[in-house]
Amino acid sequence: MFDIFLDDAPALVVVLPLLISAIIAFMPSKIWPWIISIITLLLHLFLSLHLLKEISVSGLIIYEFGNWEPPWGISFKIDGVNIGLQLLFSIFVLVSTFYSRKIFLNEIDYRDSGKAYSLWLLAIGSLNGIILTNDIFNLFVFLEISALASISLIALGAGQNRKALLAAFNYLIIGAIGATFYVIGVGFAYAMTGTLNMNDLVIQLAQYSDGQLAIFAGMSFMLIGLMVKAAIFPVHIWLPPAYSYAPSAVSTLLAALATKTILYFFVRLLYEVFIIYPSYLSLFLDFVLYPLSLLAIFIGTVIAIYQDDIKKLLAFSSIAQIGYITLAFSLKDHSGVASGFVHIFNHALIKGGLFMAVGYFAILYKDRVTLNSLKGFGYKYPITSFALLICGLSLIGLPLTNGFISKLYLFQALYTNQMYFSIALVAVSSALAVVYFWKIVEQMWFSEIKFKSEKEDAYIYLPIWIVTISIIVFGIYSTPIIEFSNLSADYLISGYQN
Amino acid sequence: MINFIYFWNHFAFILLMVGGLFIIITSQNYLKKVVGLAIFQTAVFVFFVSLAKVLDGTAPILTKMANAYSNPLPHVLILTAIVVGVATSALGLALVLQIYKNYETIEEKEIESLELKSDK
Repeated sequence: MFDIFLDDAPALVVVLPLLISAIIAFMPSKIWPWIISIITLLLHLFLSLHLLKEISVSGLIIYEFGNWEPPWGISFKIDGVNIGLQLLFSIFVLVSTFYSRKIFLNEIDYRDSGKAYSLWLLAIGSLNGIILTNDIFNLFVFLEISALASISLIALGAGQNRKALLAAFNYLIIGAIGATFYVIGVGFAYAMTGTLNMNDLVIQLAQYSDGQLAIFAGMSFMLIGLMVKAAIFPVHIWLPPAYSYAPSAVSTLLAALATKTILYFFVRLLYEVFIIYPSYLSLFLDFVLYPLSLLAIFIGTVIAIYQDDIKKLLAFSSIAQIGYITLAFSLKDHSGVASGFVHIFNHALIKGGLFMAVGYFAILYKDRVTLNSLKGFGYKYPITSFALLICGLSLIGLPLTNGFISKLYLFQALYTNQMYFSIALVAVSSALAVVYFWKIVEQMWFSEIKFKSEKEDAYIYLPIWIVTISIIVFGIYSTPIIEFSNLSADYLISGYQN
Repeated sequence: MINFIYFWNHFAFILLMVGGLFIIITSQNYLKKVVGLAIFQTAVFVFFVSLAKVLDGTAPILTKMANAYSNPLPHVLILTAIVVGVATSALGLALVLQIYKNYETIEEKEIESLELKSDK
């Protein structure tokens, strides 16, 4: 009976959350929207595992919507590049949904919980669409659905702090400009080639082998639009307020997955489509993406040091971490792209864990978490604090955590490309990360006041610890992440070398 | 000069787009920013639709009178983009309304000064 559904698994992983989202929107109940979301996402995980099984046999799935053949119809593509991300996505949304219930109950009116989970599933479905789609216009639609859903979720934070409304509004304006730039680029590409399918686009672009100004203009528009959406420095300004004023559960989902999926599409566009103009690509990577990544790493880390608000600190550290990922992607070789994907996986876990722990502290403290308010939390709430400590150490890149694996592969990739300046800068920025993280640790464990430990909610610290344990496990046994990243890099770079 | 007449649709698109961006960047009023955004997005719709026009082309319906057909696909794409644009504007206006309820003003400068006061 299930077989009929399994054939449509690539479509269902996107359609199922979107469909359920519409159903639960007006449920007045406190708990049912959450239960239905969990069941949906369990099915989602099951479908993703099925896709993994299919991919390990066939290596490539092209799903044609309505059986229209690819250059004409919209298609989804699943191959070695995105199957790893799909799996991580599926697992992480399940964990964060499990975590979100108590957090949402504390931060928003319980009568809104149906609407909140409706938007939550809408964001999940559309972000998953970004991972799977093989059509450049379809991507725009998913980008906008995910942006509108996340903006509404961010605005839910207005119950705590009215600045959430301003953050959401800024995200709306800047995000819409970015998306519209992307569509202008799509327009140029369509005018020149008459196709929207990514595989067909490569074939059609090949006829302009010497390059055409219109195509380069279109490519630049698309890349800049995606850079805005992926919060690559200097077009990142919407991100820190949006992440820090959103409800904690929402920050977790967005910080861990939203920018990562867009970065994934960004690198796919670079190495799968624009690769046929190597001179343009290396111009963009060497003179735009590479310097911007270095600036992002340095400036993001330095600003994070001066933050008092912990969620803002983490948001600025995200800017720096996105810089690490784009630095790796700008290296144009297998080791670079692979280490970029390694960091996408690892950083999703690390930032997810950190935002989860800080979100719980915000509820315990009943206010925004600043450095001062953390005083003595290490003794007061030891279980969550210890998880925060491990995630933070992983963010710095200590051995036995997955952050170390990321740094190791990044250094290796930089070393093979003989970029000693970048190595030095990454090392310095890691050292500076110690500074801002140490400030948190100092407040939590080394303040003079001693507290007795208080009871913590197992529904909240369980998901936090699932993420934390996965951080340690992938720090010691990193093979799965390395395998998936190498697979992604194999697919992308093989195109580059031909 | 010939080029200008031949490509006038591109110039119209650029004019609308830059105008919209200008409104978004310079206006202090959040409502005006949403309107600017709508103009900016409309510019792209005009661009797409004008791309589809084939000289002497008619709507893609099979008749003996037609010499050439215009491309229908950009229209379909833009239908989707219009829906997205409407949703964006609607959400933007809803946010402006909420901002007004919370701050009792939608002027950027006044809100900034309010926030500065509350931070102190």
